Amino acid sequence: MSSFQLLVSGLANGCVYGLIAIGFVLIYKATEQVNFAQGDFMMLGAFIVIALSQGKMVQLPFYLSIPLAIATMAMFGYLLDMIVLRRMFGQSQTAMVILTIALGFVIRFVAGAIWGHEPVALATPISGQSAKVGGIILGLDEIAIVVVTVLLTLALYYYFNRTRMGVAMQAASQNQLAAYYMGIPVKQVQSLTWALAGGTAAIAGILFATKGSIDPSTGLLGIKAFAAAVIGGFGSLPGALLGGLLVGVVEPFASRYVMAGYSQIAPYAVLLLVLIFRPHGLFAQVYSKKV
Amino acid sequence: MRNVFKTSYDADIRLFKHGAQAFWYALLLALMLAMPLLISSFLLGEVSGILIWSIAGLGLMVLTGQAGQASLGHTAFLAMGCYANTILMMKGVPFFISFPVAGLLAGLFGVIVAIPTLKLHGIYLAIFTLALAVLIEDIIVLSEPLTGGVTGLTSQTIKMFGLSFDRYANPNAFYYLVLATTLLVVLFYRNMLRSPLGRSFAAIRDSEISAQAMGVNIASTKAMAFFISCFITGLAGALIGQFSGAFNHETFNLVIAIQLLLMIVVGGLGSIHGAFFGAIVVGAIPLGLSFLRDYIGKLSGAGSIAIPGLESGIFGLILIGFILFEPMGIYGRWLKIRTYFELFPFYRRDMFRRNRSYLKTERMR
Repeated sequence: MSSFQLLVSGLANGCVYGLIAIGFVLIYKATEQVNFAQGDFMMLGAFIVIALSQGKMVQLPFYLSIPLAIATMAMFGYLLDMIVLRRMFGQSQTAMVILTIALGFVIRFVAGAIWGHEPVALATPISGQSAKVGGIILGLDEIAIVVVTVLLTLALYYYFNRTRMGVAMQAASQNQLAAYYMGIPVKQVQSLTWALAGGTAAIAGILFATKGSIDPSTGLLGIKAFAAAVIGGFGSLPGALLGGLLVGVVEPFASRYVMAGYSQIAPYAVLLLVLIFRPHGLFAQVYSKKV
Repeated sequence: MRNVFKTSYDADIRLFKHGAQAFWYALLLALMLAMPLLISSFLLGEVSGILIWSIAGLGLMVLTGQAGQASLGHTAFLAMGCYANTILMMKGVPFFISFPVAGLLAGLFGVIVAIPTLKLHGIYLAIFTLALAVLIEDIIVLSEPLTGGVTGLTSQTIKMFGLSFDRYANPNAFYYLVLATTLLVVLFYRNMLRSPLGRSFAAIRDSEISAQAMGVNIASTKAMAFFISCFITGLAGALIGQFSGAFNHETFNLVIAIQLLLMIVVGGLGSIHGAFFGAIVVGAIPLGLSFLRDYIGKLSGAGSIAIPGLESGIFGLILIGFILFEPMGIYGRWLKIRTYFELFPFYRRDMFRRNRSYLKTERMR
């Protein structure tokens, strides 16, 4: 495999990390909380598509099951916030961290109970096919992942900075009380954010399952996505994508050029180094805290 | 209701508030000392296990409950204590030296981790320690010449005063060893809480900026919190190695790290009782589940049924329930019940209400 192919496959992986990281950033930007279960959301989204398109009872057309799965996950996110997370309104960040970790455990258990612990692959019309670009063979699925991710990031970036709702989300996180005064329905905005994060996670899951197989513990991938989000500075959407790409590219090159066993450490090592030397990411947004 | 009138500062920081309290704790101690006479050696082993987990919980409690720094990576320090103790004992170092040295090494490791993270707080610290918890498994596998890699190590039998403290051959001696360690740790913890150090931990937990204004050195106090926390956790790790007999990298996986956090949250953050209540819950669930599994298996005639991941699923549900409905944990609930009876009929619902605050970002001014 040439370095260029390594690069493309790394980029495709990195896009998935980037998408999960974007899920973190969405929720962080709008609620100042971190969803430690985002990786499990992704896993759940992928399993829903698999259940819809190649399940035992229903076998919907692939292109119909994708929007259905995204809608289901968005609904899941919305209801989760409305029923469970809203009770935590106004409590500390740490409590929320613990809650979402526990949530991840429960989601993993439920997914394992329903779909088993065997890895499942998602059969798509484009998986396994390849295109020849300038003498280099690239998988169509990898190209699709990169294209979808870039489009989605641009759309979300536009949404957050240019639309009314997006600005309201930012306002709700920057100062809840002031946002209330301005007439923003903060709680509803937060639920919508969770819905958005759920939808994004579903897309990430579908893309991930297209490229490889998925099982209930895939959600632990979320820890690698933390690296992506932290590198990008926890408040920036393009930063999260860039961070994801960086982690995704570091991985295959590390496994090629570094001794076996050491390569899997690479993403976490990158995460620790960034936290130590640039704690607020390469695109810092943090200023010193006032009393 | 008993009113204690404090007439001096010493009365405020006394270990027991009044005689009755001292009496109840003395009774508890007597019960714990008599435990080997009362229960079978299997259950005694379980009690030893719960005590060991309580020590680990106390270790994390110093950091998370007292100093307010959430750590998801305390398995790293458990592993450090466990491996350090066993490797030292394999080299022929007697237990009464290797045990505190293992704790010290874990504590120093904690300080090494703490120094770069002093400026991180909240979620950043949680992410850092989570990455640490993932990394420690790989590190154990990679440093194979020392740790035995995937095969792991077997713990050495402790020999002191002509007695062998083996969990299976001599469960009573092992139980007393664990109990003595627990008592020492609790005494140390209580005394730490009423020293200036303990007060500055609480100050940092409640507001770093205010603590700084009051003259608390944030960096060194946090580093000290890490040291004490990891020292205690390292001791627990050494005992876990002795308790389980054989261990490898999987003994210290991510689930254990989360379980530790679950223990102190369910038990009640910031209280010594909380670590014990939490350890009892965490220890009792697998036992209860296996009993239940056998029972249902017998009823349905299907033999023993196994659902993979059931335990962690139930842990997750319990944790969610506590965070939502009783954020102060079991000890908090007990305090509420006690206050209800002490003040009967004047207890009000809002007596323990925590004030909630509107959120403001730390990213922008």
